[in-house]
Amino acid sequence: MKAWDAIIIGGGHNGLVNACYLQRAGLDVLVVEKNDWVGGAATSRELTPGFLYSNCSYVCSLFRPEIMRDLELPRFGLQVISYEGGAVFTRDGDYLANYRDHDAHRREFARFSKRDAEAYDRYARDVTRQCRFIQPLLMRTAPDPTSLRPRDLGELLYLGKKFAGLSAQEMALTLRFWTMSISEFLDEYFETDVIKANFALSGIIGTALGPMSPGTAYVLLHHYMGEVDGSVGAWGYARGGMGAVTKALAASFKASGGTIRTGAEVDHVLVGRGKAKGVVLAGGEEIYGKLVVSNADVKRTFLKLVEEKELPDIFLRRVRNFKIRGSSGKVNIALDSLPEFPALPKDSPVYRGDMHFTDSMERMERAYDDWKAGRWSADPFLDMVIPTTLDPTMAPPGKHFMSCFVQYAPPRIAGAEWTDADRDGFAESVISQIAEYSPGFRDRIVHMEVRTPRDIEAEVGLTEGNIFQGELTFDQLLFNRPVPGYAQYRSPVGGLYMCGSSTHPGGGVMGAPGRNAAAEILRDLAKSTSHMSPAHDVI
Amino acid sequence: MAQAIRKKPVSKSVNAAVSARIAAQDHFRTLRLGTPFQPRIDALAKTQDWYNWAGCRAPHSLWDEELEYFAIRSQAALFDISPMTKYRIEGPDAEAFLDRVTLRDVTKLKPGRVHYTAWCDDEGFVLDDGTLFRLSPKRFRLCSQERHLPWLLDSAIGFDVTVEEETEAVAGLALQGPTSFAVLRDAGFAGVEKLKIFDLADFPHDGGTVGISRTGFTGDLGYELFVPADKALSLWDRLMKAGVLRGIRAIGYTALNRARLEAGLIVANADFTTAEHAIRADRLRMPDEIGLGFMIDLEKGHFNGRRAILETRAKRKLRHMLVGLEIEGNIPAEHAIVYHKKSQEVGLVSAAMWSPMAKRNIAIASLARPYGDTMVEDLWVEIYAMRELQYQKLMKRAKVVARPFIKLDRRTANPPADF
Repeated sequence: MKAWDAIIIGGGHNGLVNACYLQRAGLDVLVVEKNDWVGGAATSRELTPGFLYSNCSYVCSLFRPEIMRDLELPRFGLQVISYEGGAVFTRDGDYLANYRDHDAHRREFARFSKRDAEAYDRYARDVTRQCRFIQPLLMRTAPDPTSLRPRDLGELLYLGKKFAGLSAQEMALTLRFWTMSISEFLDEYFETDVIKANFALSGIIGTALGPMSPGTAYVLLHHYMGEVDGSVGAWGYARGGMGAVTKALAASFKASGGTIRTGAEVDHVLVGRGKAKGVVLAGGEEIYGKLVVSNADVKRTFLKLVEEKELPDIFLRRVRNFKIRGSSGKVNIALDSLPEFPALPKDSPVYRGDMHFTDSMERMERAYDDWKAGRWSADPFLDMVIPTTLDPTMAPPGKHFMSCFVQYAPPRIAGAEWTDADRDGFAESVISQIAEYSPGFRDRIVHMEVRTPRDIEAEVGLTEGNIFQGELTFDQLLFNRPVPGYAQYRSPVGGLYMCGSSTHPGGGVMGAPGRNAAAEILRDLAKSTSHMSPAHDVI
Repeated sequence: MAQAIRKKPVSKSVNAAVSARIAAQDHFRTLRLGTPFQPRIDALAKTQDWYNWAGCRAPHSLWDEELEYFAIRSQAALFDISPMTKYRIEGPDAEAFLDRVTLRDVTKLKPGRVHYTAWCDDEGFVLDDGTLFRLSPKRFRLCSQERHLPWLLDSAIGFDVTVEEETEAVAGLALQGPTSFAVLRDAGFAGVEKLKIFDLADFPHDGGTVGISRTGFTGDLGYELFVPADKALSLWDRLMKAGVLRGIRAIGYTALNRARLEAGLIVANADFTTAEHAIRADRLRMPDEIGLGFMIDLEKGHFNGRRAILETRAKRKLRHMLVGLEIEGNIPAEHAIVYHKKSQEVGLVSAAMWSPMAKRNIAIASLARPYGDTMVEDLWVEIYAMRELQYQKLMKRAKVVARPFIKLDRRTANPPADF
């Protein structure tokens, strides 16, 4: 019976990144994916003829350029296009746009507040400083603070030195950033509600917290530390939809000799004498491997795929308590023409950016109140993009694909499972919000896919549909992610590793967890990591 | 109340403030705005050589950057300074407020006078430098490179003062050069001869007034004129008409930049990085580190950054020194690295040129103390001169010299010379 050198459970972007690096190190690697396609939450699917849907993740910034280069992803078709900005529509018939041009950005803010327009530089400076502090940590394994191993001490020293290198003011800001609410953080810079709402959205996306919940300031940072080809903080569209990322990864993996099996759902991990020996598929087929790497989130991995008896009690309790709460859903729409927004001039670049309708902090927080009560938000927060305004490959000319990220959507409705009627109600809250700003919007809809946390969990496998495989609050970051003592991609089961977004540095289509996990695995195997670029310098 | 907000539909009936806000949306179509003088400048822009000055389309040159420089030094040069940030600061506490915000003693600045000043954050790092015009006992205008409205408004808490940004409402012109006085007199600004250096007065113009100060950025005889935006073109025409016989020429920034370097003046975010824009913490600068220590008035009461500045001075923790350099040879040393004993890197040149007026190769550089402070011997600059796709590497001796690099008697002469 063949024993693979490594079996990767799940063909999401991190699973594939991990697989690519291991295969390129000379291992014989198998990726098993339950769906008939790879991609996890980074997919492009033709759900109606002629339209490609980025039906989970929909924009790209965090994916590390070092990984794109190492794995030759451009050769396999990956192209990321920066987009142009965006806007928040206001209830008085106006909008607040974000323009790429620095002076246009200032003039736009000055329409609402001259003061806030001139406050932006200080805000941008502080956020940029914090991003520069965190960026180099993304591609490093978090040190174990209780360990006396030279490597951990070295990494702790690195972290300490970086922190000590900050000025007193910056240190204070760092601590505030990691602990404050985004609302309070923005209060330090801005006075205008819509301007705060404009920035706050990055602090709540994918998180079961409101803008007034402590810890949300860091979530904002997480969305700012990406880049598009050196333009730090910029976001773009993957040409061909987000599936282009995983398509390129899969092609790179295969080109280096790797094997992918789709339609192969793992029922459980085979464990013998405390060591992973392979996986058992849902149909009963056993596949043997010298090591197993799980791209699934930490709950799914250890509460569903590994028998409890193989795991220490405290570890299990911490996994159970790890916060992977469902907070968002998606409505993906095929349109037969570009929607019009009367508030927006026809030639506005905003059509090519991200659009939002939540123009106050209070509306955002009240949307969260609904979540706490176990309801989808009656007045949801939308992050809406029309990638086909820049990407001609996703829909026929003149037709468009629209992606609406929707928050908040609870994992259960008032304690009960989502029903199809609930799903329809959730979709209606989104469509009616858009239609309020875009008359005739409903008539343009050709096809629509509605994804509640239930649907996302069922299809993608993300627990409660949480897009980050675990919230990005400080208690769940660095050496606490996902579980203290197990933050270095290893687990209590020998030969069983984690490589998903539940691990450091967390979620978003970043690829860093998959890459860092590969580095740790290769270290355990005493294999070279010379094919892995270190993090680009931050100068 | 909150529920009411949530249920309220998108409103079609909007109030005047909202209408004005909506009417301003279309700025996105013009990323580089024209200034109030743009029609005249466009008509003269033979080189079409533009740059972005604070979101405005400003000329690098109009017809010939070298000849434009000589217009400053020989005749009268007209330069549009409208994009400069301007704040109107007014109220019973305006003097006390500005005394608290800026480094110099504002109580010594009399109405009708102007001074060059700078202001710091609480840690003593320079936010910007600029000119402060005292228009009346209770009214000031602060001009600067960068924007500071939040800083000024936050600092104004507890003072009876209003701060208003008026950059676009007020147009500005610099008229610089030996014949600039004659141009103004011939244009009919009676009494302009009474203005001594740093004096300021209002003169009638086109049914309103123009504020004229004997100030400038060239180290030459010169004036700056501020006028409401709607009177800008008539002012331009009045000056150009009067200046025909005095050789008046409009110029772009490259020429002005040469003149300012000869005058030894520094430019924010060219010769130092302003505190609100410094991403890297070690780029922050205290006034003493960029040659602005002379502004600090410890006799006056508290001002922003005073404590930090005093402590840094007392502990001798100043780390940088901005100096003027005279470099052998005639190859400009722009952005060259400065060495001690040709080997140890001690600083960087931020601006450099061959000075036609001084006939010397001059530069402004930032050095790591004690270099430039107590260690001024054996300094060198390494010039990488690109010549036909090859670097000619030159190691040239540099001498620390006092600024300004040129001193022109006509700048301060009273009455001003009538050429």
